[in-house]
Amino acid sequence: MKVSFKVNGQAHEIDVPPNTLLVEVLRETLELTGTHVGCDTSQCGACTVHLDGRAVKSCTVLAPQLDGVEVTTIEGIGDSENLHPMQAAFRECHALQCGFCTPGMIMQAIDLVEKNPGLDSQAIREGLEGNICRCTGYHNIVRAIASVADAKPASVK
Amino acid sequence: MYPFNYHKPASVSEAVSLFRNADDPMYLSGGMTLIPTMKQRLAAPTDLIDLSGIPEVSGIEVSADRVRVGAFTRHNDVVRSPEINKTLPVLSHLAGLIGDNQVRNRGTIGGSVANSDPSADYPAAVVGLGATVYTQDRSISGDEFFLNLFETALHPGEIITHIDFPVPTRAAYQKFPNPASRYAVVGVLIAEFAGTIRVGVTGAGPCACRASGMEEVLNQNLTVAALDAVEVPDAGFNSDLHASAEYRAHLVKVMARRALADLLGQ
Ligand SMILES: Cc1cc2nc3c(=O)[nH]c(=O)nc-3n(C[C@H](O)[C@H](O)[C@H](O)COP(=O)(O)OP(=O)(O)OC[C@H]3O[C@@H](n4cnc5c(N)ncnc54)[C@H](O)[C@@H]3O)c2cc1C
Ligand code: FES
Ligand code: FES
Repeated sequence: MKVSFKVNGQAHEIDVPPNTLLVEVLRETLELTGTHVGCDTSQCGACTVHLDGRAVKSCTVLAPQLDGVEVTTIEGIGDSENLHPMQAAFRECHALQCGFCTPGMIMQAIDLVEKNPGLDSQAIREGLEGNICRCTGYHNIVRAIASVADAKPASVK
Repeated sequence: MYPFNYHKPASVSEAVSLFRNADDPMYLSGGMTLIPTMKQRLAAPTDLIDLSGIPEVSGIEVSADRVRVGAFTRHNDVVRSPEINKTLPVLSHLAGLIGDNQVRNRGTIGGSVANSDPSADYPAAVVGLGATVYTQDRSISGDEFFLNLFETALHPGEIITHIDFPVPTRAAYQKFPNPASRYAVVGVLIAEFAGTIRVGVTGAGPCACRASGMEEVLNQNLTVAALDAVEVPDAGFNSDLHASAEYRAHLVKVMARRALADLLGQ
């Protein structure tokens, strides 16, 4: 079936079977492979993108649900010359090791900071409930997000 | 996921007639339960009928004694609604404890209530606040809505349009979350209406229910200490790898104490 929507500001019309997932549209149809699939069972958050400005798990959205919406992926927020402030903070704070969870973490972090003024480190930790990182132990991720939220982490140990 | 036909009706009546004319249809709301279930092939509808384009099932309306929430209202819209935060803060608090931010950005109250997952949060509010569930055909009292594990009073094809919550004098919700999924191992909502106490429990049994033993005791003596005398039998409670029936019975009491302490501002 035909579905029209925008990805990173650009209009697309695609023709896919209804049981296609948003993450498949992104990675396979549009070749935007920055969005990762970790679990494919709605648990890990590696596939997080924005739908009309809200963080969602793109492995749990069907292509037909996209009609008329605006999708933003990690490719849409910055590039290597012009990092998004959240990307710059992740680099600065060494908030990634293998990097697999990072696109999802960053998309989630941007949503959290935008929707919740005055985030402290406890609220950041709770806010990352839907994102799993197997490498970093989260401390530096929380530090990076706190530096953007302009909130001080309560303890960095 | 097996193939299916997709429909996006613009009204409840169109949705119902699509449902009547399909082989094995299901309604799709936020998809946070249904899509994972279809991926696991535990559900294989021939037709998905998406409720997202129906104005009659959306919107929040708040008056002094009633909060009306459209079935398609997403969890984070309840968390952030200034009107609900002001008039029925316990509902925003409860919604904020569901799953994670991404799930709250998609999942809806209608989907959660229709699903009757034994460990879902909203059912505790439907029962504990004595809500009324409205469909295209009728209204169903919150006390009679949840029948069993994933089973409700809804007939095939019936759509929840909205849910009305009466506004209590005060109320509180406490849950013991499963550390991985955040679903309630046990959740207890206590509400006071003009001197009468209601207690709604989720997570413990096959579906949300009232704790009438606790209500009786608290109607006499509204103190945390009064709860010590209440027996919570574990007969019929769920027992799984997360918690035994006995442990769940214990948690009902612990969550009730915490909720009551919150309600009393202690
Ligand atoms: C990782 C994860 C964690 C979660 N944690 C929690 C948690 O802690 N607490 C909790 O309560 N829930 C939790 N959930 C479930 C979540 O709240 C779901 O959003 C909710 O249970 C289903 O709502 P939905 O809108 O996504 O419905 P859908 O998945 O679209 O539908 C669910 C069912 O309801 C039916 N249905 C939907 N809308 C209607 C309607 N208006 N009328 C009649 N039938 C309808 C559908 O046909 C389907 O059978 C979690 C989910 C995930 C993926
Ligand atoms: S791949 Fe979507 S949540 Fe893990
Ligand atoms: S950096 Fe490797 S999973 Fe997070």
